[in-house]
This record gives sequence, structure tokens and C-alpha cells, in this order.
Amino acid sequence: MSDYLKEIISGTWSLFVGLGITIRYFFQPVVTVQYPHQTLPMTPRFRGHTELVPDPESGGPLCIVCGMCEKACPSNCITVRGEKREGVKGKVLTEYTLDFTRCSLCGLCVESCPVTPTKAITFSRDYNLAGVSKEAYIFDLKKRLEAENR
Amino acid sequence: MHVDPEILRLVAFLVGVIAFAALNAAYLVWLERKEAAHIQRRIGPKEVGPFGLLQPLVDGIKLMTKQLIVPAGVDPVLFKIAPILVMVPAIMSFVAIPFSDTLVARNLDLGLLVIFAFASVNVLGLLLGAWGSRNKYAVISAARVVSQNVAYEIPMLVTVVTLVMISGTMNLSEIVGLQMGGFWHWNILNLAASPLMPVAFLIFFVCMLAETNRAPFDMAEAESELVAGAFTEYSGMGFGVFFMGEYANIVIGASVATILFLGGWDCPFGLFPGVHWFLIKMYFLIFTVIWIRWTFPRTTFYGLLNLSWKILIPISFVNLILTSAMLKVF
Ligand code: SF4
Ligand code: SF4
Repeated sequence: MSDYLKEIISGTWSLFVGLGITIRYFFQPVVTVQYPHQTLPMTPRFRGHTELVPDPESGGPLCIVCGMCEKACPSNCITVRGEKREGVKGKVLTEYTLDFTRCSLCGLCVESCPVTPTKAITFSRDYNLAGVSKEAYIFDLKKRLEAENR
Repeated sequence: MHVDPEILRLVAFLVGVIAFAALNAAYLVWLERKEAAHIQRRIGPKEVGPFGLLQPLVDGIKLMTKQLIVPAGVDPVLFKIAPILVMVPAIMSFVAIPFSDTLVARNLDLGLLVIFAFASVNVLGLLLGAWGSRNKYAVISAARVVSQNVAYEIPMLVTVVTLVMISGTMNLSEIVGLQMGGFWHWNILNLAASPLMPVAFLIFFVCMLAETNRAPFDMAEAESELVAGAFTEYSGMGFGVFFMGEYANIVIGASVATILFLGGWDCPFGLFPGVHWFLIKMYFLIFTVIWIRWTFPRTTFYGLLNLSWKILIPISFVNLILTSAMLKVF
């Protein structure tokens, strides 16, 4: 009999303890991020798809079209093309295509890039990726860079 | 043409009551979502209108535009009548509830009885809807609802009988009238009548949760086990009406608890009694009902029946006997 009453009282008390916890949460500030209106800052080492790094002076690509990244990529997702032009030292980048559908974000392309002091490609912070076709993920990075400069 | 003013009054009250019930059903959903969100430290609905206040409207429109599917093989009559059987008694009960000493549609001498009579029809509605659905989940749910309601109606009514013994009347206005003059006169603290009165309030409240099929006693709708229980086959507004009926029942339950235990429209400090105090107490109870839902997980079916038969019923009988002894002695 006394066990029976003890269980009822301790059980009822535990219910009130539970209610106390939730009401405290109720009055505490909201912790969720209101996503489309707010976004979290991405960490510096976040790996989005790769993108071309612009020359701080001219705004054009830093890439020297050496093709190291193309060779280093284990998934064959990079196509780099360039051409010689009158009066310009080295090659000029004409095409840099990234097939992001196959990219594993391994980072070998970024690592292999010989351009110093800043590498000519880097990981972007872009995580808002949504599309309706596979083709949307074959990125023309040169165009992206030009679009950014505009 | 001569129209009896009493009839006009009744019509006005009926329209008011239906509007009140519908408005409550809509905005309690909003309250529920907001409260749930803040307990989980989210914001909840906020995009439609300021503070998401137009959300219920949009939800309603969405439900109404959905196709009303009557699946092949259901009992066409029972299936269609069940949502109405849940909604109508809930609205009817409002007629007997006194919101203040003047604001009552019908001051019935047996108001308490009327409300409990209508409350039992609600179960019938769920049972018929589930049975008419010919869905095994719905039938399991119906069996649970009935045994749950039978189990919880006993302690609830025993507690109510205790209260009626103290008050000596079933007229809800008179029951409130006896509790006027400050919170120490309220039945919940009427320790002179029975030292177990606060416990009686707890029993009544728990039974109310179970009768309205609210968590942690939402056996009828246990989504993790029974899909949507009795509502599995319902779509669009068929489901919407069930939903509104449930919320209307919560409002009724909270109102009855306010009237029986918390002094109705009486002010806790004896100042300015009025309908606002009734609403404050009622909405506080509803807030608590929602708060409980977002705090405790669903009990098991056996846990639920054990709680009723092994704890609530014995204690409510002890309270009944104690009260009658106290009434006889003092
Ligand atoms: S991150 Fe790896 S897989 Fe992706 S393009 Fe660079 S080398 Fe290829
Ligand atoms: S390794 Fe660097 S410089 Fe060479 S092609 Fe790739 S991006 Fe251009």
C-alpha cells in the first residue's frame, strides 16, 4: 500500500519536472536559422565545387593552362583548353569545364595547381545547388568567373 | 409580425456559439503549432500573415479544395455521418456553458448532465467513423477509443459526482456562484469539503485529456502504430471536421474544468469578475493541454488502462467517500 502511494506521488512529481523542463525551453530564445532569410556562414575549409580564382588586378583567370588539374583529377571531370595569342606570354584560357556530376571533391586538382602564390582554382562556398537536369551540373567555370566580374 | 425575443436570443447565441467554436478550432491549431515550435525552440508558422496568423485560413482553404474521397467498400452512411456526429455534440455542449453570469445561451438546471451526455456521443462518432471505414487500423483504433473512454469516464464522473455533492446542484451557473469571492473559495482549494480537492482536479484534468484523445493518451490516432487511426480513410474536409470537433471538445473540457474547479468567471482576488477571467482560465488550461502534449510521449495502451483502473478510479472513490463523510460530519 505504501509502495503504491509512493509510486503515484513520485510518478506525479516526475510529470511536473518534465513540464518544468519544457516550459523553460518555451521561454528560451529560438535557436533555428530561418533558412531562406538567414544563412549560416560557411567555414573556411568548406568544399563546394571548384571555381577559378581571378587575378586581383585584371580580374581574368590566374590559370596558365598547364593542364595539371586535368591530369590529376581521378574522375576525369575537368576539361582545360587554351590557345597561344599574339603578344601574350603563355597560353590564354579558352575553356574550363567542370563535370560536377562526377566530382568527388577530393581536392587533387586544387593541390596540383602550380600557380603561386595563390592557386588558380579553389573550392567555392556555394552549397545552394538544385537543378532539374544533369546538364545543369556541367559547369563552365570560365563563364562563371566572367559573370562574377560583371 | 411578432417574434418571441427568446427565440431571437437563442438564434443569436447559436450563431455566436458556432462562430466561437470554429474560430477556436482554427486558432487552437495555430496556438498548438506555435507552442510546439517554441518548446522545441523553433518559431513555428511565421510566413503567412504577421506571426503566421493567417495560417489557419490557408490551411482551411487547402483542406476545402482537396477532393473528398469516399473509398470503395466503406459504409457510405456511417462514413459520412461520423464527422458530423463528432462536431455537432461539441457545438451543442457550448449552449449549456455559462461564460459569465449573463452570457449563457441556455441556463439549464441539468447543464452538467447535458454536457456529459453530449460528450459521450463524441466517442460514438469516432467509433462509427472507424467502423464504417472498413480499415483494420481504423477498427483497432475504434476498439481502443471505446475502451479508453469507458475507462476514463468512470473516474471523471465520480469526481464530478463529488463536486455535485458539495455544490448540491447541477446548474453550472449556480456551481460557479458558490465559488465567488476569490481563489480561496474555488473548488480546487475547497479543503473544508475534502482535503483531496486538488487531487480531484488533477484526476479530472487527466480524464479530460483522455476523453478528448489528447497526447499522451492519443491512442485513437497513434500515428506510429495506426497510420491515422480512425481518420485513416478520411480526406479533405471530412478529416477537417473531425479535427475541428477535437479542438471544440478540448475547449469544452477546459471550460468545464474552469467552471467546476477554478471558479468560472470569478476573479482570483475578488475584483471585477467577468467573462475575461473565464477566458483567461480556460485558455490557460488549453495552453497546459498543448504543453502536456509536447512534453510527454504517448503511453502504451496497457499503461493507459492501468492508470485509470488502478490509480484514478480508486483515488476518486476515496475522494467521494471522504467528501460524503465530511459533508455528513460537519
Ligand atoms: S576535386 Fe577531385 S574529382 Fe573534383 S575536379 Fe578536383 S580532382 Fe577532380
Ligand atoms: S593546374 Fe591550375 S594553372 Fe594548371 S590548368 Fe589547372 S587551374 Fe590552370
